Amino acid sequence: MRGLLIVFAKEFRENLRDRRTILSALLFGPLFGPLLFGLMVSRTLNQSVTESEEPLALTVSGAERAPGLLHYLEGRAVVVTRRALSEEGARGAVRGGATPVVLLIPEDYAARFSAGAPAPLLLFADSADSQARKYADRARAVLAGYSSAVAQLRLEVRGVDPLLTVPVAVNEVDVATPTGRAVVVLGFMTYFVLFSILMGGLYLAIDCTAGERERGSLEPLLCMPVARASLVGGKIAATSAYMCISLALSLTAFVVAFRFVPLERLGMSTNLNAGTAVIFFAICLPFVPLGAALMTFVASFTRSYREAQTYLTLVLLVPTMPIIFASIYSLKPKSSLMFIPSLSQHLLMTSVLKDEPVAALDVAASALASLALAALLIALTARHWRKETLLG
Amino acid sequence: MIEARALSKRFGAVTAVRDASFAARDGEITGILGPNGAGKSTTLRMLYGILAPDGGSAHIDELAVSDQPFAARARLGVLPHGAGLYNNLTARENIRYFGALQGLSSDRLDARVAELCRVLEMREFIDRRAKGFSQGQRIKVALARALVHDPRNVILDEPTNGLDVMAIRNLRAMLIDLKAQGRCVLFSSHVMQEVGALCDRAVIIGRGTVLADATVASIREGSSSLEEAFLKILDGAEVAP
Repeated sequence: MRGLLIVFAKEFRENLRDRRTILSALLFGPLFGPLLFGLMVSRTLNQSVTESEEPLALTVSGAERAPGLLHYLEGRAVVVTRRALSEEGARGAVRGGATPVVLLIPEDYAARFSAGAPAPLLLFADSADSQARKYADRARAVLAGYSSAVAQLRLEVRGVDPLLTVPVAVNEVDVATPTGRAVVVLGFMTYFVLFSILMGGLYLAIDCTAGERERGSLEPLLCMPVARASLVGGKIAATSAYMCISLALSLTAFVVAFRFVPLERLGMSTNLNAGTAVIFFAICLPFVPLGAALMTFVASFTRSYREAQTYLTLVLLVPTMPIIFASIYSLKPKSSLMFIPSLSQHLLMTSVLKDEPVAALDVAASALASLALAALLIALTARHWRKETLLG
Repeated sequence: MIEARALSKRFGAVTAVRDASFAARDGEITGILGPNGAGKSTTLRMLYGILAPDGGSAHIDELAVSDQPFAARARLGVLPHGAGLYNNLTARENIRYFGALQGLSSDRLDARVAELCRVLEMREFIDRRAKGFSQGQRIKVALARALVHDPRNVILDEPTNGLDVMAIRNLRAMLIDLKAQGRCVLFSSHVMQEVGALCDRAVIIGRGTVLADATVASIREGSSSLEEAFLKILDGAEVAP
């Protein structure tokens, strides 16, 4: 234990002086997620908010054939550009991207409209272009509105109650809470939290293992009258300490970043505040020794700093696997999933974000499973350090 | 006293050391001589206990290294081949780290570092970070680190490798000091002059076996130089059945 504390203190202090460790543990790791996330979310939100407020622009060819329709469109604040186009011309204009949607009113429109027969309208849009598709959807909705308005008028004129054409009225009730809606947007935040943990210990794990070997300090260290398990324990403890710092900074940054994200404008809210950040910290804490042990274990097998960097960069992606798997199969939190580290932390944090009740048993299962795996990895690392092959 | 009793070590199908026996006595400098790949480092690593022998045993002051590894290590200072420092720590912190791991109290550590600083003339760089140290400064810190717990026995593996002339002269003076203090010094080298100039006894190793274990004077006897005697001994081993 004494040896473990000495190793811990030395690794902690030495790495405080290492630029790479500090950059990755205290700056890049914790701030990368919140910053990217804040920017990304606020940009998407701003975009969708402005899009729905923006008036629909529609290019209409043959407008003189349907004055009633044009009047209706203008009444719905549609910005109409009149332009004479052939069918070919309309197709070309949409495909070329000159205008997202073209409404073409054919020559026989007026005649068929007066006769009470279905009057044809041609709406040109590119369904492969997701941006243009939104305009087409809105144009279609406006035209459907016109169609039903005219239908109602015609029925009324003939003395028929237009309500007869509406046999059922479907009212949709959206049960998503404003917080729940935001979770879709915030779903990936949990990965950034786990990422910041691993980033915090990345360079320490390398320096403690491959770094020792590369600079030739490993052999003198192994000559000390200290159990190998104590050496490994001290190194993993120091890595864990940096991971905790990185985690705390990351959560703080997320709380701050979300103050500047206009979630309310989309009818969403988030309960990500100082209180939830503390709960997140507690949920993630058992993942810290697991991450530290995993990184130290992997780095122990590498011969050089460079090699360790390559492998540990892959380890950074490991916690994404269960999360991606969960979102593909849209897994709901259940007790059996609490035994999968990273996934359990993801599900627990998501539940907290959704304001859902979290079972104490689930939290305990998540913590125990992560700690048990961490203990196993620490034992394996210590075993590897007892081997002669460690010297290389 | 450092003693090898019939040490053997295999790596897979290769026998690196075979039945090696010799002793390094207190108050003497003993050199292990041999060409590259002869098994010098493997033998030393078994003596300082980070390789387990397949046969035989290593003893430090009569303590079996495999039975009482920590007690044996407490009596032994080791400077392994190519030993490096922690560049982000000062010379003092490098030395104190190893002293603490050896179990020295803080007061005792202060006293030891002060003494080593004086003996090894490290005053001007003792509180500077090791990054940017010269070879000579590095070897001093590495040696101080090996000696911090004041061991009776010292093992050095190719300590002069990669050092410049000044640093080698410094190191020699340090080894002679250790001998004068009555310590047991064992070091390996493939440089003949070094062994000739410094050692009381020499152990010559070729292909993993001890070919000679005698005083330097008696090895040199009958040859014009130690180098010639060394080559003669190696040749004898080559033709021997």
